Amino acid sequence: MTAIGTRLPRQEDPRLLRGRGRFGDDVNVPGQLHARLVRSPSAHGQIRVLDVTEARKAPGVAAVVTAGDLPDHHVIPVRLAIAGTDLSAFLQPVLARDTVRYVGEPLAVVVGDDPYACEDAAELVEIDIADQPPVLDASGAFDHGNQPCIAAELTRGYGDTDAAFAAAAHVVRIELAIGRHSGVPLEPRCLLAVPGPDRGELAIFGMTKVPVWNRDLLADLLGVDETLIRVHAIDAGGGFGVRGEFYPEDFLIPWLAVKTGRPVKWAEDRTEHLMAVNHSRQQYHRVAAAFDAGGRILGLTDDIIQDNGAYCRTHGVAVPELTAAMLPGPYRVPAYRGRVRVVLTNKTPCGTYRAPGRFEGTAAREHLLDVAAGQLGIDPVALRERNLLTRAEMPHQRPISTLGTELILDTGDYPALLAAAVDEAGRLGYRAQADVAPGSPGISIGSGRRRGFGLAMFVEKSGLGPQETADVTVTRSGAVHVYSGGTSVGQGIETVLAQIAADALGADPGSVRVTAGDTAAQPFGSGSWASRSTVVGGSAVHQAATAVRGRAIELAARILEASEEDLDLTDGAVSVRGDPDPKRARLTLADIARAAAPASRYLRDGEPAGLSARRRFEVSHMTYPYGVHAAVVEVDTGTGRVRVLRYLVAYEVGRAINPMLVEGQLRGGVAQGIGGALFEEFRYDEAGQPQAITFIEYRLPTAAEIPPVDVLLRQDAPSPGNPLGVMGAGEGGINAVGAAVANAVRDALGLAGGVGQLPLTPARVCALVSAAGDAA
Amino acid sequence: MHEIRLTVNGRAHELAVEARRTLADVLRHDLGYTGTHLGCEHGICGACTVLMDGAPVRACLVFGVQADGTEVRTVEGLADGEQLSDLQQAFSDHHALQCGFCTPGFLMLAEAYLAENGDAPLGEAEARELVAANLCRCTGYQGIVEAILATARARQKP
Repeated sequence: MTAIGTRLPRQEDPRLLRGRGRFGDDVNVPGQLHARLVRSPSAHGQIRVLDVTEARKAPGVAAVVTAGDLPDHHVIPVRLAIAGTDLSAFLQPVLARDTVRYVGEPLAVVVGDDPYACEDAAELVEIDIADQPPVLDASGAFDHGNQPCIAAELTRGYGDTDAAFAAAAHVVRIELAIGRHSGVPLEPRCLLAVPGPDRGELAIFGMTKVPVWNRDLLADLLGVDETLIRVHAIDAGGGFGVRGEFYPEDFLIPWLAVKTGRPVKWAEDRTEHLMAVNHSRQQYHRVAAAFDAGGRILGLTDDIIQDNGAYCRTHGVAVPELTAAMLPGPYRVPAYRGRVRVVLTNKTPCGTYRAPGRFEGTAAREHLLDVAAGQLGIDPVALRERNLLTRAEMPHQRPISTLGTELILDTGDYPALLAAAVDEAGRLGYRAQADVAPGSPGISIGSGRRRGFGLAMFVEKSGLGPQETADVTVTRSGAVHVYSGGTSVGQGIETVLAQIAADALGADPGSVRVTAGDTAAQPFGSGSWASRSTVVGGSAVHQAATAVRGRAIELAARILEASEEDLDLTDGAVSVRGDPDPKRARLTLADIARAAAPASRYLRDGEPAGLSARRRFEVSHMTYPYGVHAAVVEVDTGTGRVRVLRYLVAYEVGRAINPMLVEGQLRGGVAQGIGGALFEEFRYDEAGQPQAITFIEYRLPTAAEIPPVDVLLRQDAPSPGNPLGVMGAGEGGINAVGAAVANAVRDALGLAGGVGQLPLTPARVCALVSAAGDAA
Repeated sequence: MHEIRLTVNGRAHELAVEARRTLADVLRHDLGYTGTHLGCEHGICGACTVLMDGAPVRACLVFGVQADGTEVRTVEGLADGEQLSDLQQAFSDHHALQCGFCTPGFLMLAEAYLAENGDAPLGEAEARELVAANLCRCTGYQGIVEAILATARARQKP
């Protein structure tokens, strides 16, 4: 039982370190064609001319298709439908037919023998679009005069907020805009579709995250039986929510393979990626809290506008719904109302990005609390302590649903984690470093530089159901093979599931092989997203491996003619408990697997052969990990540059299967969060032309911008909702970075109000400095 | 088409390429060294970093014809058979990779730096500056910095 909780090196590492990983564009098959998408150069308009005649004549071109060549007017449906919303009028067609709605929208596809020749031919497609004025500012929906297209409206809440605000001793309001940014994995998307010998048969390389769902949708769109399509498990160069959703290309490339009868590969380039793949995060908050005289929260309201871009994609309105549902966070909030309007604009459509909806909502709530602390004259930590739900109040059900589940904060001791985080930040010298004034003797902080400390607390969600299925098989060599419905997107799922299976089987984790995300090997998978792989996928593996353990002991009892109760399975072998000569009656898992082979005399009539089990783990509620972030920043008031000097994440994960990997998830999340808080932004000009289409304009943070991240990993509150006691780790590193950095910058600049907008680019910081100077 | 000759990880190759064909595409698609990855194709991310005559270059910014007559080293050339190099092993030990897509670029970058600087001690700030040449989206860079520092320390030992 030692495989869980150890810092095992990752099973994925050797192949990746040797350059033997198999990423999308590493897979090639004989006779393959290459595809190049032709995309709209205009943000909004009617297609007057879309002429592919010259492109079709270009050398090496096999086909050029537009919407007119499609068999049907296909649109991509919503995967995560929220009850009460009808988005059918706002779904994206796989190719634009009459109207284009964002720069980058697919118009045509060129396929040919060589990717260079396809790019040449794509240049020959003649496009003329009658431009119409683009809608670019969703915040116009706050004003009555400007009503852009609202795709959906929803509210989440409970209690009488009007009464709460009327009775309040203090009411604090801020506005906060969250910038448009996204996951931007380092590997662009890639898809290879290979027709098989039978009609309708297709092998797909490059789908991930939800391969079974994508397979089924593709089968429906192509009008074939889903088992003719096999999505293969390959490596993926980062997921972060954006990779693996069903995009227009996920229909177009397989359809072209069927149409041409040849394998078709599409390797996205970075500029395409930055215009085509789900953007995320862009929200406008008008958030307010009512307090009594003692600083206790009486009510909380938030008016949220989500700039969703041009269409509703597979997530529908799940992102802002999560914002509204999770906004009260870890606090005791007697009355709450979150109103969401989902506004369509002429920009790239939005979807989920790691901690979707929560990065935004945590920033709004936690920044509001810091502003409130200032106005009420209470220390920000004390204000939070006063309002946190206590251990005695757990589990805490809010009369709110999210993603179709009841919101029940399942377990935890929020005040204890906050206290531990404050102690840790103190022990590591955060406050001392933040409180340094410019020009202090012996301190290297220059004039014009100010430091600040910021803290934020949050509740995450993880382990979304409804199910995950796992098969565990012991082979005749004694190896254990796990077939999981989760997928590998770089998170280390193979290592974690191997540890879980090894623990249940009493086997060496090194003897466990994991196949994750192959739809033929595991046809009932629900995928890797929503911090569910370890929680839901891991629980399914635990159950299946436990069942195999039981079956191994059952068979061993027959072979040894012993009673099952007298047998023990440890170190990959069954032996009779207390036998003075354990070697005499010791059966390895390999021995037992062979005894379970077809025609074995140890099998009884009607029993299936093989030492294996399939189990389905079903769960109706999510589990809610929680954390505290703390940051020390230095602001250059002359240039507006913000540097993050120190960063701490304190996180309750229930139980860490592999603490090294959990810490890696948290550290990586912090880096991405710093990107969204300070650097990364998809900006558009007044014509709707995207201004961040290379890594020069879209500024991913480098090692120079990311400090070492201190991690305080706690395993004090095992989740009651699954047999492993685990909670998700994928999103706790990013959730509160916008909040903590905004609070630290506000502290550094001594602002009375909030920072107003993220990311805190140098220009915005300079504006805050100058506004603060004017006010002083 | 232009005839070029180059050696990759000690093996000689001869092929005909278009003038515009990048070294990255030559390595990946003509010669099958798919360990070299393309993350941006405009020279920022560094995932395609390989060594050309010992110096790190971005294979997306080098044309195949420019590699004519050179010795190229890719990630596939780091390990000794099944044995990972000390740098590769340090990356695993320090959890310096998650998805692994950027990893070959960081390995080649660090390998070139460590080879060039021999026994000179490497400080945290220098290591961070070196690592800042490339992009990683998963790790937050801490493990990468630690792995390179650990390798530099180990190589200094007599």
